[in-house]
Amino acid sequence: MTPKSPAPTAPPARPDRRRWVGWAFVAPFMAVFLLVLVAPVLYSIYLSLFREQLIGGTSFVGLENYGRALVDPKFWDSFGRVLFFLLVQVPIMLLLALAAALAIDSGRLRFAAFFRVSLFLPYAVPAVVATLMWGFIFGTRFGLIGNLNDLLHLELPAPLSHSWILAAIGNIVTWEFIGYNMLIFYSALRVIPGDLYEAAALDGAGQFRVVTDIKLPAIRGAIVIASIFSVIGSFQLFNEPNILKPLAPNAISTYFTPNMYAYNLSFAGQQFNYAAAVAIIMGIATMVIAYVVQLTGSRKEQAR
Amino acid sequence: MTAQRRKGATGPSVPLTLVMTVLALYTLLPLAWLVINSTKTQSALLSSFGLWFSGDFALWDNIVQTVTYNDGVFVRWFGNTLLYVIAGAGGATILATLAGYGLAKFRFPGRRAVFAVVLGAVAVPGAALAVPTFLMFSQLGLTNTPWSIIIPSLVSPFGLYLIWVYASDAVPGELLEAARIDGAGEFRTFFLVSARLLAPGAVTVLLFTVVATWNNYFLPLIMLSDSTWYPLTVGLNSWNAQASTAGGEAIFNLVITGSLLTIVPIVIAFLFLQRFWQSGLAAGSVKE
Repeated sequence: MTPKSPAPTAPPARPDRRRWVGWAFVAPFMAVFLLVLVAPVLYSIYLSLFREQLIGGTSFVGLENYGRALVDPKFWDSFGRVLFFLLVQVPIMLLLALAAALAIDSGRLRFAAFFRVSLFLPYAVPAVVATLMWGFIFGTRFGLIGNLNDLLHLELPAPLSHSWILAAIGNIVTWEFIGYNMLIFYSALRVIPGDLYEAAALDGAGQFRVVTDIKLPAIRGAIVIASIFSVIGSFQLFNEPNILKPLAPNAISTYFTPNMYAYNLSFAGQQFNYAAAVAIIMGIATMVIAYVVQLTGSRKEQAR
Repeated sequence: MTAQRRKGATGPSVPLTLVMTVLALYTLLPLAWLVINSTKTQSALLSSFGLWFSGDFALWDNIVQTVTYNDGVFVRWFGNTLLYVIAGAGGATILATLAGYGLAKFRFPGRRAVFAVVLGAVAVPGAALAVPTFLMFSQLGLTNTPWSIIIPSLVSPFGLYLIWVYASDAVPGELLEAARIDGAGEFRTFFLVSARLLAPGAVTVLLFTVVATWNNYFLPLIMLSDSTWYPLTVGLNSWNAQASTAGGEAIFNLVITGSLLTIVPIVIAFLFLQRFWQSGLAAGSVKE
């Protein structure tokens, strides 16, 4: 830091006291931020480097916990599951949300305001309530699936069974976040300058051309942001499977997702050091994938 | 209001409206299911068709049972949730507004570092940090207290980002220069001039943080072992776990009615303040 030489873009020289006044506004946030975000990260890195033994107490083991995680079939099982979930659920949800945003923005939809609110409403519903509702609806005891089976003498696959549970969770997550993503896309569509549309109309471009040549390129930033949020959300998957577990005890294991695995290692198994290593590996994996999504998004931009 | 600039549009499209109706049915159906089934008794719940009313209209009875069950623990959870929302979301909004404004309107040493760290934090899986946060808080003696929920709720990197974007446009630099020339202190200027201009952005952040704290589940689940400090979400889940356990008291009607009571306030707030959501999200996506 060179306090004497002002940066080229800095505003005209001011009294020295002024230079630090911005900190007064930022400091309260940063203080809590350091306590609840930075400190836990550092603490979990520290924890992950040790091992607690029944005899001999805690000992430094270097990267041993990481090595253990990388050959742990339970970890890979959970990792593979969220990766699969990510590759299937996120595109479906984002495409539906994008289609809905384009429809609402098209000006050719009746009751557009009603649809916007209806789709966004689930975002206000807590994950606990959303999961309980869908869990009951999916259930065979007093759920709709059970009703339909009785009524129509069907044998619908049970959504809470072992082979369908991931699809059931994908449905719950899609339901919860489709409107949120729709609104991100819709907000971006709304700020496209009107003269772009006028120019397109003069050129005789049809609706489809307007979508592919004006709207989609204009909201690429919003699409990248929504994708990154969804990637992070998928890797963190915890609430829905954890809440469904009492309703589907045989279909959801203690290592269903990496987050559930870390949670159960800590609170059921007291393996805090190993759980910290699992959490850090997942954190790094999340950041890498979020970064790749961002790079892919901006590379397409340069190619145009 | 969008119609006038959509010159190419040729009037409402019936197929489009039908497709969107299907999508709206999908989002509204579970909520309809919840409302319908909160009017049923425990026995009617098990014996009737899920998407229509059946038996006695027991909504009022269910509400009374929900709020009186276990000496009114539901009311206690409701109060806890309000406490966490007011202190957590309110505090988060104030901190994010101050910090976002500071980043947008001042050049100070370390500004870039603050920025990089906060944006980086958005990518850190928050839930993965829960375990180390729990261990830290337990050493500080904060677990099983309201502080263990409120303090982590005070940080909203997304809120900071929104205010930073919002303040860049909403508070003109010339206005601040004028105030400085008049000799007003920076804080005086903030509270008398800037705060008013930032209000719509701050309301947006407040809405996001209110929803986040009202819906918070993971953090209280690990921080609290004593049900007296539970928020509604964790409380409802404990009722469901109890009802699903073999031999546990079947109180599914309470889980369902409790779920309805949990979402009613937040849905009302949401519908009344929806224009703020949109303006805030618009600000966020413009800048990107």
